[in-house]
Amino acid sequence: MSLRSPLGRVLGLGSAKDGTAHWWAQRVSAVALIPLTLWFVFSLWTLPALDYATVRAWLSFPLSGFLAVLLVAVSAYHSSLGTTEVIEDYVHSAGMRVLCLLSLQFLHVLAGGAGIFAILRVAFGS
Amino acid sequence: MPARARPTSPHLGIYRWQIGNSLSILHRLTGIALAFGLLALCYWLVSLAGGDESYAEAAKFFASPVGLVGLVGWTFAFLYHLLNGVRHLFWDAGYGFERTPRHASGWFAVLGSIALTLCIWGSIWAGHRS
Repeated sequence: MSLRSPLGRVLGLGSAKDGTAHWWAQRVSAVALIPLTLWFVFSLWTLPALDYATVRAWLSFPLSGFLAVLLVAVSAYHSSLGTTEVIEDYVHSAGMRVLCLLSLQFLHVLAGGAGIFAILRVAFGS
Repeated sequence: MPARARPTSPHLGIYRWQIGNSLSILHRLTGIALAFGLLALCYWLVSLAGGDESYAEAAKFFASPVGLVGLVGWTFAFLYHLLNGVRHLFWDAGYGFERTPRHASGWFAVLGSIALTLCIWGSIWAGHRS
């Protein structure tokens, strides 16, 4: 006899109460980051110089700005998922764990938000 | 309470080191390094939006010895995490579990990321000199 309810089975809920959601989100963001990071590294590598005017002109180009926003957003999400896993594995005291997880989430939203806002400022020339 | 401590899953003290667990640990370490890389990327972007002076300040930091070690380190961390991450995705899809492809792909991830890091920074160094 199974102790799992049919509803729990349909929702994919295990003992952690969120099923495979974290695992799956990590894979989806990983796949998305393959083209995004390659584009970013290749773009910087092939720019004639990395001085202020050249980089600003490159990032003002709509497609560059758009892809850069996606890169920062998906990177921050993927990084948040990964570092959460590290904290969950190694920080065992409940209070410390909550503090670490909370700080990590805030830090990722802050850094990602600041990065995206900066790209938009360059793109819209403010 | 049981009379004796229950056996636990492999602990580092009795675990024989091999390519599999080393690369797994390296994947996590490079992931943590890349989380700091994300901070550096966002700092760089904010400095770019801030104008000529703040960008020059950030560029000075990245050109300093500490900055350069960071950039080369992040290049390697990114390339290794990318190649080994693709390896993980293949495993998730159910491929590459046999001993030969598992070891071959592991060495490919390590040597490939080292070679690509040298390529990228070699070309930057050559371009800088010319």
